[in-house]
Amino acid sequence: MAAGIVPKFVGSRVKRREDPRLISGNGTYVDDIKLPGMLAAVMLRSPYGHAKINSIDVEAAKKLPGVVAVLTGEDIRGKLPTLITAAPAQNVPYHPALAQDRVRFVGEAVAVAVAIDQYTAQDALDLIEVDYDPLPVITDPEKALEADAPVIHEQFGNNISTRAEVKSGEIDRAMREADRIIKFRLVNQRLAPVPMEPRGAVAQWNPGSEYLTLWSSTQGPHLLRSYLAEVLKLPEHRMRVIAPEVGGGFGCKLNVYAEEVMTAYLAMLLNKPVKWIERRRENLATTTHGRDLITYIEAPVKNDGTILGLKARFICDMGAYLQLLTPMVPGFAGMMMTGCYKVPAMAFEQLMVFTNKMAPDAYRGAGRPEACFIAERTMDMIALELNLDPAEIRRKNFIPKEAFPAQIASGLIYDSGDYEPALDLALKHIDYPKVRAEQAEGRKHGRYIGIGICSYVEICGIGPSPMLPPSMKGGGWESATIRMEPDSKVTVLTGVSPHGQGQETSFAQLVADELGIGIDDVTVVHGDTAIVQYGTGTFGSRGTSVGGAALMMAVQKLQAKMKKIASTMMEVPPDQLTFNNGTIAMASDLTKSIPLQRVVDASYGHKHPIPGIEPGLNEAGFYEPTACTFPFGTHACVVEVDADTGVVKFLRYVAVDDCGRIINPLLVEGQVHGGIAQGIAQALYEEVIYDENGQLLTATLMDYAVPKAEMLPHYELDSTVTPSPINPLGVKGVGEAGTIGSTPCVVSGVLDALKPFGIKNLDMPLKPEKIWRAIQAARKA
Amino acid sequence: MFPASFQYHRAASVKDALGMLQQFGDDAKLLSGGHSLLPMMKLRLAQPTHLVDIAGVAELSGVREEGGKIVIGGATIHDNVASNQIVRNKLGLLAEVASAIGDIQVRNRGTIGGSLAHSDPAADYPAGVLALEGEIKLESSSGSRVVKAQDFFVDLLTTAIKPGEILTGVSFTPHPARTGFAYLKHRQPASGFAIVGIAAMVTLDAKGNCERVRVGVTGLGAKAFRPAAVESALAGKKPDTGAIGTAAAHAADGIDPLSDIHASADFRSELARVYTRRAIQQAIARIKT
Ligand SMILES: Cc1cc2nc3c(=O)[nH]c(=O)nc-3n(C[C@H](O)[C@H](O)[C@H](O)COP(=O)(O)OP(=O)(O)OC[C@H]3O[C@@H](n4cnc5c(N)ncnc54)[C@H](O)[C@@H]3O)c2cc1C
Repeated sequence: MAAGIVPKFVGSRVKRREDPRLISGNGTYVDDIKLPGMLAAVMLRSPYGHAKINSIDVEAAKKLPGVVAVLTGEDIRGKLPTLITAAPAQNVPYHPALAQDRVRFVGEAVAVAVAIDQYTAQDALDLIEVDYDPLPVITDPEKALEADAPVIHEQFGNNISTRAEVKSGEIDRAMREADRIIKFRLVNQRLAPVPMEPRGAVAQWNPGSEYLTLWSSTQGPHLLRSYLAEVLKLPEHRMRVIAPEVGGGFGCKLNVYAEEVMTAYLAMLLNKPVKWIERRRENLATTTHGRDLITYIEAPVKNDGTILGLKARFICDMGAYLQLLTPMVPGFAGMMMTGCYKVPAMAFEQLMVFTNKMAPDAYRGAGRPEACFIAERTMDMIALELNLDPAEIRRKNFIPKEAFPAQIASGLIYDSGDYEPALDLALKHIDYPKVRAEQAEGRKHGRYIGIGICSYVEICGIGPSPMLPPSMKGGGWESATIRMEPDSKVTVLTGVSPHGQGQETSFAQLVADELGIGIDDVTVVHGDTAIVQYGTGTFGSRGTSVGGAALMMAVQKLQAKMKKIASTMMEVPPDQLTFNNGTIAMASDLTKSIPLQRVVDASYGHKHPIPGIEPGLNEAGFYEPTACTFPFGTHACVVEVDADTGVVKFLRYVAVDDCGRIINPLLVEGQVHGGIAQGIAQALYEEVIYDENGQLLTATLMDYAVPKAEMLPHYELDSTVTPSPINPLGVKGVGEAGTIGSTPCVVSGVLDALKPFGIKNLDMPLKPEKIWRAIQAARKA
Repeated sequence: MFPASFQYHRAASVKDALGMLQQFGDDAKLLSGGHSLLPMMKLRLAQPTHLVDIAGVAELSGVREEGGKIVIGGATIHDNVASNQIVRNKLGLLAEVASAIGDIQVRNRGTIGGSLAHSDPAADYPAGVLALEGEIKLESSSGSRVVKAQDFFVDLLTTAIKPGEILTGVSFTPHPARTGFAYLKHRQPASGFAIVGIAAMVTLDAKGNCERVRVGVTGLGAKAFRPAAVESALAGKKPDTGAIGTAAAHAADGIDPLSDIHASADFRSELARVYTRRAIQQAIARIKT
């Protein structure tokens, strides 16, 4: 860069500054951490979906040379309390870190072996003998509600964790006044998040200072510290949690897992560093899953396609135990299920049901993909039923631009929105009238083209603290510290914990522009509770809208202080000063300036103190958002179904997203690409399958179908920009949008292709065989 | 995933490897690309105490022409078969099959000998080797023998290889004139293996009738096979759409199809019929006259 030219970074395609170290193999993930004398822990896991543990014999395992300890549930009984659920639920089961008396899902940890290395620990597991009595297994949440279903937690008498109802507006009247009520059942199948890096933890206990350090592949190191402090009964100032490089989270690493607790506990017990690294099979079986929601929907409509209300009954599969936010996710789905439409009344009932499976929890979108799926399938069903155009039915029911900020039936207030332009743009990109004509022509010749449309709205920037469960640690706010170092370079400490989102880049862009410096003059530090002030972490697309806003508060404080110092040096009032190109200058005449370095020297050198101004350049901001942000957009796709094989082929995929102001288009596109891939995966490929005995049939990546590049379309991206009035940056969030918009879009497209067969609905994933069978059945009928 | 402990031996030659197999007997396993064996060892489903690595044995690797035949060494990696000029020019079907295996990492490690010896019911090579009527050379310390592809695949994960034998190569007759071929694969979405894979090779006579039709089917049953009824239905016939359709309808005849979470027996059978029809059509369309 030529001297003297400082570009505006915000809005430009700055390459991710985290990438050079990651792609050159210089990142440090949990498994890269090696400490002297470190031991390896490996978990013995239940092979049964439901069984009574009669006895566990660990004697042979303990005797194996190299084995340091073998623990079972009995060894921690009374010493370690139950694992934690932060979200409200009526029946919360006792959840020990190692199973006690019973195992309730395949993969539940039963014992842990600690040895000099993982091989020896694994050998030790082979020597442990567990005597089980298998019990009846229940994996279908609807069957789990039947009177004679085996009860998973006997103390509750049945398998219901929570029953909750939300009702708003005059739903009964809407049902009465409707011309017709459209009823259908939808299934959001269970998914596995499958981050590239599985979970892992390393714990080190210093008995001299009674200080615990824990490295964990987590999305929220501060939250994890607070919860571990509670479970381990340690004070938080004697604990340091570090999230080193984290290779993907998608929600599944926003949790407090048995293995994290055990790794820390073992390090304290043995006075030795202990490492536990999850294997891929464990990852698929024992890292939280996502979705798994059955919904029965009733939509009262007028014959002209106007929707009057939305009523739903949710059967939420909770798995065997409740993880940190398990009971919270379905609620989000209910609150957002009316989508971007004027729906004056709504009601939903949630039945949260225990089954012999791993617990689901937040997974990319956490409730909004489910909500969007409900809203968009409802629109398609109305269009189908009334023989209306799916694009027009959406346009007809959109919340109009003038209505924003708009309160929806569930009570949420959408900050800003303008839904039609995004729909129009997507339709223009796919050349809607032309592709409809092609579809009609193709149908005459046995070619089945389908056009999918999904207009989504979602909730980001979580969020005002009262939105989080009362018992959840931390808050909905976020924090930042900015420090101008003595050489006028800048260190930012952010309370969010990015793990792929790119805030080391976007935050540096913000700071560089605000302070008139280069982007390489800024370093963003995160993920270490001993370095960074308390923060809530990265989830719910909050990093930039909440964490970025906190950073802006800190920046403004720093600017104010530096202007005050410059003001006395330049004899110009502070409010007439601005930051420009490495200087503080008069806003009206940028040539009248002093270099930043002189201000920094004055502050740190402090040889000529200014009354009332402390030395040093270190400012913090804690930002509590007043409301959430609501990004939106329209995805459209054109697909073709091979009627002989049921194979779906993409012809086009267009995404028009509106995430408010864009700080870095490259980062936004990256988030959208990954999001769409995961959303398409739900529509077409992925599904966690347990058989009726509770065996996990998708226990490896040879059976769980994470899509490869060749299974995904070419993405054509565009955007509209409707800034959020909620935060000073005008940003909304984009981490989950792609996942939310793409699933219904693809399902809509495939079902549109199948319309000539009279096929109205099929459950995801839309695998070739399912489509083929539906076509066969239709042809027979 | 951690395998049980084992001893690793690197063989310098076929003779060296055979010697070790004899010495360690049942406790030994050959290690070639390791892409089938190592995953099983990591799950501790296989626990050999000795691994004899033949991946680096020079005489087992590569493609050569020998007395009008094309011979592929047993430890030749998939990518070398897919990209070899001799194979591409004279044995296009095999190159096409090899390039359909897994992804680039798999093709850079996995070998033809390992794939055939492992005989996964969903592996690609068996379909091609059957359609091409390959001949498989097996060597042991007491001599060598040649097994026809037809006789090589015995059952699920079971072949004609006897303990102490090494698959040292596979030989093929180059495609004759007026021959077209195609390999069509319906991938299992997670593993990339074949739910069904159809290798078809068609030679037409001067009048444009089918002189020879060879089809190899993988994925459908416990072992790869040639659907005799499909081949014979077209023999001597004019390959029009009707005749091909009628013939392809026999692709799953007499087979007890596999069934799993990715495809039921019915669907697999239907895929076999549809892909057989399409593969034969494509093979014919590709014939240069
Ligand atoms: C992720 C992944 C995806 C894959 N996808 C596909 C796919 O799409 N299609 C497909 O066909 N395959 C696929 N494979 C399998 C791959 O092609 C393997 O490489 C192949 O099946 C085995 O070959 P190998 O050289 O790796 O054998 P190894 O794993 O080394 O050995 C396999 C078995 O054969 C024995 N053996 C090896 N060489 C010889 C020999 N010369 N003589 C006698 N016995 C021998 C070994 O002792 C062992 O029992 C995939 C594998 C992986 C890991």
